[in-house]
Amino acid sequence: MTEEIIIAGFGGQGVLSMGKIMCYSGIVQGQEVTWMPSYGPEMRGGTANVTVIISDERISSPIISEYDTAIILNQQSMDKFESMVKPGGTLIYDGNGITRHPERKDISIYRVDAAAEAAKMETTKTFNMIVLGGFLKIKPIVKMENVIAGLKKSLPERYHHLIPVNEKAVNRGTEIVQEMQKA
Amino acid sequence: MKELRLMKGNEAIAEAAIRAGVDGYFGYPITPQSEVLEYLMLQKPEERTGMVVLQAESEVAAINMVYGGAGAGKMIMTSSSSPGISLKQEGITYIAGAELPCLILNVVRGGPGLGTIQPAQSDYFQSVKGGGHGDYRMIVLAPFSVQEMYDFVETGFDLAFKYRTPVMVLSDGAIGQMMEKVEVGEQKQRLSNEQVKERCPWATTGKDANRERNIITSLDLDPQQQEDFNHHLQAKYKEIEEKEVRFEEIQTEDAEYIFVAYGTSSRICQKSVQLARAKGLKVGLLRPITLFPFPSKRLLELSKQVKGILSVEMSAGQMIEDIKLAVECNIPVEHFGRMGGIIPSPEEVVEALEQKFL
Repeated sequence: MTEEIIIAGFGGQGVLSMGKIMCYSGIVQGQEVTWMPSYGPEMRGGTANVTVIISDERISSPIISEYDTAIILNQQSMDKFESMVKPGGTLIYDGNGITRHPERKDISIYRVDAAAEAAKMETTKTFNMIVLGGFLKIKPIVKMENVIAGLKKSLPERYHHLIPVNEKAVNRGTEIVQEMQKA
Repeated sequence: MKELRLMKGNEAIAEAAIRAGVDGYFGYPITPQSEVLEYLMLQKPEERTGMVVLQAESEVAAINMVYGGAGAGKMIMTSSSSPGISLKQEGITYIAGAELPCLILNVVRGGPGLGTIQPAQSDYFQSVKGGGHGDYRMIVLAPFSVQEMYDFVETGFDLAFKYRTPVMVLSDGAIGQMMEKVEVGEQKQRLSNEQVKERCPWATTGKDANRERNIITSLDLDPQQQEDFNHHLQAKYKEIEEKEVRFEEIQTEDAEYIFVAYGTSSRICQKSVQLARAKGLKVGLLRPITLFPFPSKRLLELSKQVKGILSVEMSAGQMIEDIKLAVECNIPVEHFGRMGGIIPSPEEVVEALEQKFL
């Protein structure tokens, strides 16, 4: 199994930390992982993206030009990455702030309205965990118990009291993700 | 039990330095390697092992602090990125001239000048041909993963002390910034002053009654003595070329064409090998792990088996000169690369192979 993922959105949405938690979860279950962030001038412009690869084998290139899954959290990222999903691949997006919805017919499309849900749950900071839950419902590449173990590893101990809130958010994400189109 | 962590390349090399029992790190921040210094500061190594970590007032000051610490027989390292490494060149040639061991990390970014903060491999000439003046060489190690960023601290210091030479870890912005799984080693004790005296009888550790004083210098105004010293250095570099070549081969057994690539480019090329093989092309990869010494002998052997070599570098083509020297015009050698901080895609590399050879 090799899953090549791009997560893209605004800085501050937790794009990079979502990728880190995926990677930690992969390590917990004995997989190989790479996490390659954008750190260039585009990052300073407010958008953030990270390429995450989780595999049972040694990972070759950490930088790739097409993805199994794109997780898209703003319009700029939709414009940039929709075309880079492999045919038959998966696109997951949050509808908040999206003016042009995905148009490809050859990929599976899912929508997880995490921003709205996080506001309802009054824990806006768990936005990215809701998205992660949506992703894991579609692509259960890491087990839920390993996600919690991954969370523990990636959060400093002083934040461990927040793990239950995050766990709840991940679970909520699995419930609210909607299938828009099957490839 | 082995301990696994998720770390950036820059963090891994910093953690490795603490665990290897390094005595001192002197540096100055620059993107994309500032995490080395930041991580070391956060870890408080002065409490963990007594290691000294200092942000110098400039790169020039940092490399001269390395010179001083290394002269005392200590395990000392520094890190920077391309423009900062250029500033360090004077110190590096003095360290080579004084035959001192140390570890220098270059997390390369695009140039020339201030260039860009994105990854590149355009400092190959500077690293392997001697970026400072005089007939000196450094051992140059090229990590291709975060694990190798970690492992090359110990490898690098072992080689540095074995040959009394500066060793460079030539990385790039991609490997510095990306996170991967790292197996971290045991915490080693820093050497005691007695152990340093035993390991480095040449070091300025304080003269006692039963030995001559040790002098650390790169100056000798007598031409005959200076020539003799240069012969001694060249003999050392020859021994390094005979004994310390490291490389990795991927699917070269039946290959008709090979990529030669190091660092980030070699990761891209691994994928390109898969893509090319899926198209039915017999393609392999040779990844030099040491850039000096260069795996010339193996390339000469391979030149009798394969029809062509594509050198893939994030530069205008620098390593290609060493490949051409190695294969003695037996087969065509072509270059493919991107510059200015752009990383080639695996598909582009395969297209380049097809265009140039098929």
